[in-house]
Amino acid sequence: MSWTPDQPIVSIKDVHKSFGPVEVLRGISMDVMKGEVVCIIGPSGSGKSTLIRCINALNDIQSGSITVEGQEVHDPKLDKLALRKKVGMVFQQYNLFPHKTALQNVMMAPIKVLKQNRADVEVRARALLKKVRLEGKEDSYPGELSGGQQQRVAIARSLAMNPDVMLFDEVTAALDPETVKEVLVTIKDLAADGMTCILVTHEMGFAREIADRVYFTDKGVIVEYGPPATFFEQAKDPRTRQFLSQIL
Amino acid sequence: MDSVLDWLRPDWFFDLSVVQDDYNRGRYLAGLWMTAKLSTLCILLSLVVGVVGAAAQGARSRTLRVLVGFFVAFFRNTPPLVQLYFFYFAIGTILRVTGENGLPQPLVSNFGWALISLSLFAGAMNVEIFRSGIEAVPKATIEAAEALGYTRLQTYRYIVLPLAVRISMSALGTNLVNLVKTTTLAYAIAVPELLYVAAQIWSEDLNVREMMNVLLFSYVGIVAVLVWVLHRWEKALRIPGYGG
Repeated sequence: MSWTPDQPIVSIKDVHKSFGPVEVLRGISMDVMKGEVVCIIGPSGSGKSTLIRCINALNDIQSGSITVEGQEVHDPKLDKLALRKKVGMVFQQYNLFPHKTALQNVMMAPIKVLKQNRADVEVRARALLKKVRLEGKEDSYPGELSGGQQQRVAIARSLAMNPDVMLFDEVTAALDPETVKEVLVTIKDLAADGMTCILVTHEMGFAREIADRVYFTDKGVIVEYGPPATFFEQAKDPRTRQFLSQIL
Repeated sequence: MDSVLDWLRPDWFFDLSVVQDDYNRGRYLAGLWMTAKLSTLCILLSLVVGVVGAAAQGARSRTLRVLVGFFVAFFRNTPPLVQLYFFYFAIGTILRVTGENGLPQPLVSNFGWALISLSLFAGAMNVEIFRSGIEAVPKATIEAAEALGYTRLQTYRYIVLPLAVRISMSALGTNLVNLVKTTTLAYAIAVPELLYVAAQIWSEDLNVREMMNVLLFSYVGIVAVLVWVLHRWEKALRIPGYGG
């Protein structure tokens, strides 16, 4: 089956996932089209992070199917490198490589994994750092950067692989309130450029502003979803309303 | 009766007949060179054993992990002198080839067995040291590499190992210093290293006390060089803004 851009770029169908006896995902389905921005919200432990980790095969699933550009992610014969070229991921704790400078962090994967030419990669990496507003920080080590700066390096590092989809796993949860904004602006720029983004987030204002659709998950199922205007104003399910009333 | 303080009498303490006598000086320097050579090669080989062993301990294959476990337990739980004898007298007598004169010749020299035995001994410790260093590398950092498409080997080589080495530095230094001191055991299988030549000199010249001082100060010097090298290495690996 070959994928065409009019089909969902990420398609999740009835996914079940357990950690031991605990069922974390209990039949999740979701379609994301190319260029869409989707936010997943919900109480902690509702399976949001697990869900997006399943999309790039950092977690496996017990049943159901996840496809990225038509390719089954949990096919045991899957070429993981091909998947990870398509799907970039940014983590809550940035997870930069502490022994490499910002520039090296961005350059390493294209050179070592994709075997691209060093000089070309460097030009691109410098442009990416500029894009995430980190010009002048190329030679700083992660330990010398603030949380917000590290997170933007992490975003640039993911973008250097030229992904088609970006996954953001609570990327502002570990940041100081002042630096949250600089990271959100970076993501907004990306979304405006047409990048397909799937975000797990607690930033409701941001979700409302940026998302095409907001999903609310609780106890491993999608309780309800919709465009932000409807979702935040006229939530139907009592669980959603209760969650929103606690947060907003 | 001689007082212990006599030890510090200049004519004992500074009796450097070993330097004045051409023949003894030659032997001493040859011993020093042998110790330096044995130490350097053992350090390098034990590092290779440590890195490979620690990698194998993180492998998917259970058999491989169990084998490395046995290897480490064997070399950690037995005295290094017994190991050396085991290699030299047990394995060394089996591993023979027929020489040109038709008589059996050992395949591996005394020096070779000392090198193998001591490298495996220190290497087993290095496996444990690197393993704890590897375990201290955050899972999340490894996951980030995985998400970027790194293979297991690439992750190990470019991310895990460089970080694990930094974490392991102080424990590694202690073990390598111990390794250099343990090279004196090679005396037991007649490798002409420093202790061996010192014993030769003192049994001929009957200057045991003086040679003891020479020997001790020689090792102080050798270990000082190693510590200096390790310190430089540690400094070169230091990451701005990371750790202590």
